[in-house]
Amino acid sequence: MIRTAIVDVPIDASALLTAVTSPATGATTLFLGTVRDVNEGRAVTGIEYSAYTAMASDELQRVADEAAARFEGIRVVVEHRIGTLHLEEVSVAIAVAHARRGPALDAQRFIIEELKRRVPIWKREHYVDGDWQWVDPTAHAAPLEATT
Amino acid sequence: MTQLQVLLFASYADAFGAGAVTVSVPEPATVADVVSALRKLPGGSVLPALPLVAVDRRYTPGAVPVVAGQEIAVIPPVAGG
Repeated sequence: MIRTAIVDVPIDASALLTAVTSPATGATTLFLGTVRDVNEGRAVTGIEYSAYTAMASDELQRVADEAAARFEGIRVVVEHRIGTLHLEEVSVAIAVAHARRGPALDAQRFIIEELKRRVPIWKREHYVDGDWQWVDPTAHAAPLEATT
Repeated sequence: MTQLQVLLFASYADAFGAGAVTVSVPEPATVADVVSALRKLPGGSVLPALPLVAVDRRYTPGAVPVVAGQEIAVIPPVAGG
């Protein structure tokens, strides 16, 4: 059972857990990404998530399908929310279940890393001072590489 | 020459002032030709030399041909999660 979705309503994490758990699964993992109050030293009030929804849906499904091919027997539900989110709200939830903990944990890590690398979703951070900016992870990576 | 519509998102949509633009490219055109044409438009300097491009909702390298009717999108650095 592999199910993914881009949603514009609050994510019900317990529903994801219920969906992946079965009598054959002995290990269930849940990853939640939530809106944090500080980024790069700036006080954050919220994040506006947007997406190329049609492609993000396809790419997220491809990520989950690849995880299922690598980690045979996993059951997965992934939901990523778009829209305006406040502090502590869940932006992404990944529930994975398997007979054993190893594949469940490994698949979960694989999915979140690939999601962040490939799925066309963007976030505009809003700050306490009223300013905002698009978050660009590649802008952060470049100076780190330059110092090595 | 042929006209191709290109979808824009997030910071790129802001820079071009639109969620989609039309570019004129020689036929046969490639993904790289579309990027070159975009860079000449107002706001086009925001694009890196090799931005991510999706054709029909899949990431596509610069050398791949594109034709009118395909869904072409330029993808800013992604930041999901």
